[in-house]
Amino acid sequence: MTNNPPYPGQERYVRSLEESPLQEVDAVDTESPPTSIWGDAWKSLRRNPMFIVSAVLIAFIAVVVAFPGLFTSQDPTFCELSQSLEHGRSGHPFGFDKQGCDVYSRVVYGARASVAVGVLTTVFVVFIGGVIGAMAGFYGGWFDAIASRITDIFFAVPFVLAAIIVLQVIKNLSNGTQGFVQGVGSVVLALVLFGWPPIARIMRGAVLSVKNSEYVDAATAIGATRRRNLIRHVVPNAAAPVIVIATVSLGIYIVAEATLSYLGLGLPGSVMSWGNDISQAQSLIRGGRNVGVLFYPAGALGLTVLSFILLGEAVSEALDPKARKR
Amino acid sequence: MNATQPLLEITNLNIAFSSDKKLIPAVRDASLTVYPGQTVAIVGESGSGKSTTAHAIIDLLPDTGRVTSGQILFEGKDIVHAKKSDIIALRGSSIGLVPQDPMSNLNPVWKIGFQVKEALVANGVAKGKAATKRVAELLAEAGLPDAERRARQYPHEFSGGMRQRALIAIGLAARPKLLIADEPTSALDVTVQKQILDHLDTLTAELGVAVLLITHDLGLAAERADHLVVMYKGQVVESGPALEILQDPRHPYTKRLVASAPSLASQRLTSERAQVHKEAQQTAEEIAAEVAASAELGKGKKDIIVVKNLTKVFKLRGNRPGSSTDFVAVDDVSFKLKRGTTMAIVGESGSGKSTVARMVLALLGSTEGNVEFDGVDVSTLKGKEMLAFRRQVQPIFQDPFGSLDPMYSIFRTIEEPLRTHDIGTKKEREARVKELLDKVSMPSATMRRFPNELSGGQRQRVAIARALALNPEVVICDEAVSALDVLVQAQILKLLNDLQADLGLSYLFITHDLAVVRQIADDVLVMQDGKVVEAATVTEVFDSPREDYTKKLLNAIPGGRIELSK
Amino acid sequence: MLWYIGRRLLQMIPVILGATLLIYALIFLRPGDPIAALFGDKPVNQAVVDLLREQYNLDKPFVVQWFLFLKGILSLDFGITLTGRPIIEVIKTAFPVTMKLAVMAFIFEAVLGIVAGTIAGLRKGKLFDTTMLIASLILIAVPIFVVGFVAQFFIGVKWGIVPPTVGGDASFERLLLPAVVLGSVSFAYILRLTRTSVAENLTADHVRTATAKGLSERDVITRHVMRNSLIPVVTYLGVDFGALLAGALVTEAIFNVPGIGNTLYDAILRGDGATMVSITTLMVFIFVIANLLVDLLYAVLDPRIRFDK
Repeated sequence: MTNNPPYPGQERYVRSLEESPLQEVDAVDTESPPTSIWGDAWKSLRRNPMFIVSAVLIAFIAVVVAFPGLFTSQDPTFCELSQSLEHGRSGHPFGFDKQGCDVYSRVVYGARASVAVGVLTTVFVVFIGGVIGAMAGFYGGWFDAIASRITDIFFAVPFVLAAIIVLQVIKNLSNGTQGFVQGVGSVVLALVLFGWPPIARIMRGAVLSVKNSEYVDAATAIGATRRRNLIRHVVPNAAAPVIVIATVSLGIYIVAEATLSYLGLGLPGSVMSWGNDISQAQSLIRGGRNVGVLFYPAGALGLTVLSFILLGEAVSEALDPKARKR
Repeated sequence: MNATQPLLEITNLNIAFSSDKKLIPAVRDASLTVYPGQTVAIVGESGSGKSTTAHAIIDLLPDTGRVTSGQILFEGKDIVHAKKSDIIALRGSSIGLVPQDPMSNLNPVWKIGFQVKEALVANGVAKGKAATKRVAELLAEAGLPDAERRARQYPHEFSGGMRQRALIAIGLAARPKLLIADEPTSALDVTVQKQILDHLDTLTAELGVAVLLITHDLGLAAERADHLVVMYKGQVVESGPALEILQDPRHPYTKRLVASAPSLASQRLTSERAQVHKEAQQTAEEIAAEVAASAELGKGKKDIIVVKNLTKVFKLRGNRPGSSTDFVAVDDVSFKLKRGTTMAIVGESGSGKSTVARMVLALLGSTEGNVEFDGVDVSTLKGKEMLAFRRQVQPIFQDPFGSLDPMYSIFRTIEEPLRTHDIGTKKEREARVKELLDKVSMPSATMRRFPNELSGGQRQRVAIARALALNPEVVICDEAVSALDVLVQAQILKLLNDLQADLGLSYLFITHDLAVVRQIADDVLVMQDGKVVEAATVTEVFDSPREDYTKKLLNAIPGGRIELSK
Repeated sequence: MLWYIGRRLLQMIPVILGATLLIYALIFLRPGDPIAALFGDKPVNQAVVDLLREQYNLDKPFVVQWFLFLKGILSLDFGITLTGRPIIEVIKTAFPVTMKLAVMAFIFEAVLGIVAGTIAGLRKGKLFDTTMLIASLILIAVPIFVVGFVAQFFIGVKWGIVPPTVGGDASFERLLLPAVVLGSVSFAYILRLTRTSVAENLTADHVRTATAKGLSERDVITRHVMRNSLIPVVTYLGVDFGALLAGALVTEAIFNVPGIGNTLYDAILRGDGATMVSITTLMVFIFVIANLLVDLLYAVLDPRIRFDK
């Protein structure tokens, strides 16, 4: 450090106070309304076009599932062979399938089975996988060792294969026609049985990264028990990645149901579902007649799945931890 | 040091970032000059624009940032509007960069030697075998022992100091005329900091390299630089010869900085502390008498925390199944914390100080030895008594961004201790939260806010409010101010002092910053490698340290030896 | 490093045992008599039935059956199908076909996925990126058999570019279309993963340091962005290979490819437990080994993993 005379450009300089006013050190912003992490996420979601599109679509689908009668007055089971494979005309925009059933109303009513499989599977998978993963990650020790091994074992069996096998077993067990409830129930069971491991893994990973946070230590120092910590602090903070995966998985389960039906192993043929309709339509198309029989249910399926995947993407962006830190 | 023509001349520079389709100014009307061979320091807190200015020089701004107006002349040529290829040629060979965080700035998948070699090859200095040889030379020059072997290792095998030296080697590899050093030692221990900066000084003097030093530490800047530039909220508010600015600060912001920098303001702070100490002890005595008379946990003793032969050994799992090595984190530590006083535990990373804090808080069990709270052995406590202990001993942690649950509103965070101990009705709790926020000088409207809306200093105040919720007697501050800007740090320390005088609190203050200790502590415990090196009062440690390590720590305080006229 | 491998191998064993037990349980713990199914409606001699039952070990308790089966696997004796062919023969003919298919699909999805994903990640937000995102979403959302069917219909039947089914001739040309269909969903995932990884790495600190050194843009991207970005992608690819073999089932069914998948499908429809278990076990085995190889590969790519675990 020397005391040489200042060189040109390095003389003593002080900016005037009007140009550079002092602010209070570290003042709290009391004007703008408070927002939490979820509040921030919601704000950014609202502006994300992906979210808007998917939310609208999902809302629409939900209405279709709940009130199919609003969309069609045509009875989907009313089939006249004379109309077999005719093209669309007024009152029957999508035409008729091989049995002469109205494709449009079948698509509308078929939404129920597909969406039911998706939603129910997701609910159970998140519950089972979430609980196992959270406890394994939080308590560690032998519980974690066993739970992780079991997760690995179920993980090692290819998902679709296992579902097929389980469904085949159930089919043989039931011997005969299954109704809507049994059909959906079997498919859900098959998918849940082998679908929970990825959720368990993700939850476990999220819990592991959260449980060493200082706010958990602070809560312990206040006197909170381990269990209280787990439920009130760890799980809410670990939930974000699970929510994203669950949303996307919902779409994937709907696709899986369709694939299973295509192979003849999914929902029983008597149940109206997009998967069944697509699979039945495939053998007909080679004739080149009324391709709508295939494409309309396929389109409805694709659109539904797409909306869930888009929702998952939008939520994932909104909850991005990098965007969270200030 | 021939000051014929300036090497770097920044004139009326304006930088803005685009966010949400708006242009937000980050640097406004900044000007500074650097002459060949000189060291110029830019001093400012976070958000002052100092790093942004430095990065803009070699066009390292992220995609969202750009220079909106102004000039940057290097050796007389304008480099703001230069061609991309010219700037690439400039980087490394004419202007080098030593970035801030050594871990994230080195690519983890390439060997260190490779990353240094890249700098040589890209700037046409050397190729092939000659380059490999030169790499070892450069690493040795930067102070890395056993350079040849180290060059074949990966970044994660190096310590923080070693990585920083590698980055210095990279920055100087092509012998640039200007070296931009962006907070080159902030992430390191104090003694390592001093070593590296001393080395850097010698090296740059030898090579005649000009240095633009970015730092938040005024003391450090004054010690190492000839010319000082002070930045505040994106503007240059004062600049001039370093010593002059320190002895005669003119802009109110600079005055604030000089007044708050702990390394520079020792004398004044010591006398303030004495007053706090007196009041705190008085209040504490009154409380002790109450406790002794009541059924509370604890006997009302003078030594509220007694630690005897505390030892903690961790078992680290080895590579082979079944094998493990013992890591002694804390080795036979003993001390007494007197009621109403502050004991500081000072040490660098790996000293074991945080582990001691966790054991005192009963968040971690000890391998040997014990912790006594007001005459009661903590390890014997269970259930209701443990809960009572927790009421009395509360923590404040280091990371303001990690110690508050992001999902909880401020109200819920401060209320949680009250709820856990089932204290008061809903209305009473709400009133108490308001009272606590008032105590830490935060408006009660903060209640409805969430951590992500508050700054680091504000969050620490919430953490303090939470710690006080249960009316504890002891507060353990584990590096509670280390992550804060200088001015905010000064505020929080003042707050802690005021609270101590008011409530008769006893503090255990863990820190790596010896300079801060003078402001807040009465007694000091110096730790190294798990052991206690020196235990004395603050005045003894600062005026007549006995151990070599303590002297080393004192010596390493940046700007600690600068004489101020005040 | 060797200990790391050893530990992982040891961990593999209970997983394989557990998985095979699980599959065995699923398949064999059910009522329904496969022997009777063989004969359909024809009346049958009880003695013959008993003999067949004994031959297939169906008269022994379940756990013993599983144990005998495991013993058989170790000596590569998988038993016989319900029609009498040794399963090992069936696998020997069908497996190479599926392998070919899987390898082709793998190359397609890896090369195209990484290249497209990188370009998309480097030009985030621009036209190419948005197009790729939409394409990938469609491939994920639409069931593979629809994609397969559409491809088969247009490319195979209507435009006749390649033969629509494979049948007995499993040559490269004929397997091309099925391979592309098989890899299509994974291609979409790999594209997205690469894109995210590249976009993230572009803003990493060490990339800024590399730029500050004076490296050319090309060098910065290849050595510092790509090298780091590919780590998670390679990991995914490794795991995906096992999944490809499983997914082959649907693709082989659509295109009538004489591979393992189709064989398994037939076995499922026929209730041929021995074949089902054998093929599934083989797939599990491959999946677990692929996982192990991926872990090792990860250690090679990321030096940080090699030293502590």
